[in-house]
Amino acid sequence: MNLLADAFAWLSAPEQWSGPNGLQHLLAQQLYYTAIAVAIAAVIAVPAGWAIGHTGRGKEIAVAFAGAARAVPSFGLLVLLVLLFGVLHKPEAATVTFVILAIPSLLAGAYAGFEAIDRRVVDAARAVGMTEAQILWRVEVPLGLPLLVGGFRSAVLQVVATVTIAAYVNLGGLGLPIITGLSLRRYEVVLGGAVLVALLALVLDALLALAQRAAVPRGMLAAQGQHVTGPRRRLGPDPEPAT
Amino acid sequence: MIEFRNVTKRFPDGTVAVDSFDLVIPSRKTTVFVGSSGCGKTTLLRMINRMVEPTSGTVEIDGEDVAAKQAVALRRSIGYVMQNSGLMPHFTVAENIATVPRLNGGTRRAAKARALELMDVVGLEASMADRYPSQLSGGQQQRVGVARGLAADPNILLMDEPFGAVDPIVRAELQRELIRLQQELDKTVVFVTHDIDEAFLLGDQVVILAAGAQRLQVGSPSEITERPADDFVAAFIGAERGKRALSVKQTPNGPVLVDAEGRTQGVLVEGGA
Repeated sequence: MNLLADAFAWLSAPEQWSGPNGLQHLLAQQLYYTAIAVAIAAVIAVPAGWAIGHTGRGKEIAVAFAGAARAVPSFGLLVLLVLLFGVLHKPEAATVTFVILAIPSLLAGAYAGFEAIDRRVVDAARAVGMTEAQILWRVEVPLGLPLLVGGFRSAVLQVVATVTIAAYVNLGGLGLPIITGLSLRRYEVVLGGAVLVALLALVLDALLALAQRAAVPRGMLAAQGQHVTGPRRRLGPDPEPAT
Repeated sequence: MIEFRNVTKRFPDGTVAVDSFDLVIPSRKTTVFVGSSGCGKTTLLRMINRMVEPTSGTVEIDGEDVAAKQAVALRRSIGYVMQNSGLMPHFTVAENIATVPRLNGGTRRAAKARALELMDVVGLEASMADRYPSQLSGGQQQRVGVARGLAADPNILLMDEPFGAVDPIVRAELQRELIRLQQELDKTVVFVTHDIDEAFLLGDQVVILAAGAQRLQVGSPSEITERPADDFVAAFIGAERGKRALSVKQTPNGPVLVDAEGRTQGVLVEGGA
């Protein structure tokens, strides 16, 4: 318990929240890397997932790719990419690592969202004379949104936790107190950093859970008796394939 | 007038859903395709609005080949009502009904007015306009589906087993409403069902189909009942036993008609039609 008390004492000390390596600065770096990585991953994975979901083609390739991407250990990849890109391009190497981490969840969320839509609804949309673009934007995207947000939620959580390793290649973030604490054998600092990462993840998860709930179209809420809970939380990165 | 000319549909897996089919569907009448499941009746229906493309042969509307028209524009010009209503779950009732007018560039206000007008036509309370399909009963959802089919005032209305998923009482009610609507609106209705009673009730022209969309008999309900083309048709319509197999029974008050189960179905009136 002493260690925990020390960790909180360290966290609440005013000197930790000032200067160039102040915790607010590290927190901002952590969020910055997360935001950039998830945004880039979304630009790649969401259109790809929608294309797979809309056409029903290419799912096997996506599943194989996502499986492979999930199997890659992020830390090993980061070190490898830093070696490949050269030490001057460490931020790029870190960003690519986190983008690869975020893609599988977003891809799965995008196509699973479309797959979960009743085929008869899409057929009806086509039969009344919607163009393919109208089917996509007016039917598939709104109805697939809850699962996409679920995939986004998984991606953000995985990335925000993993960005911690950026400190190993001198890129800052909340991993910095963890690794410096380890080398200095100051475990209250390690624990303080870890607690901060965990709190950040919990806060983001709660916010995104609300977003996921808000993403359910109103007519679908009515179908489930006015109030609805989002897909069950899972530790794995898959969003639930069916609502 | 809709005309099928030597239409064949072979699906990629090799099944022949429709084999050399010819038919003329007269304008402003109700034509019913009836047959057991898998006979190709829905495939025939969906060829009219190009939801299915024939492998060979042509489908013409008023002498124009549908394949020459743009599919999206064609579909917007033809009403389509399907089983389980096919409503958009995230659109309100009014938005569902006004789908096609909105796609055709109508204003939100005009579309809402049109939706309310059609809700009145199909017997839905205006207060339901802002509800979602999941908040309606099956019968109400079908009425919304019919209203959506009518929204752009199409000449042709395609109905694919629209009343298949509702209970018998609601189905009878919807069938009566459709007959009333057809008397008022005078559309060319093409209706698909597996229920011969529904076919005889609604159809001016009934097309009895067997696997591969093979035409067993085409005619009015009276023609088919009076002169079934073969034993299969006679069995299918229940002319040998069932409710269309009536026999005369003499009673002290005059002759009556009884069905195969011995239940009295009506009184024989001399000099009737």
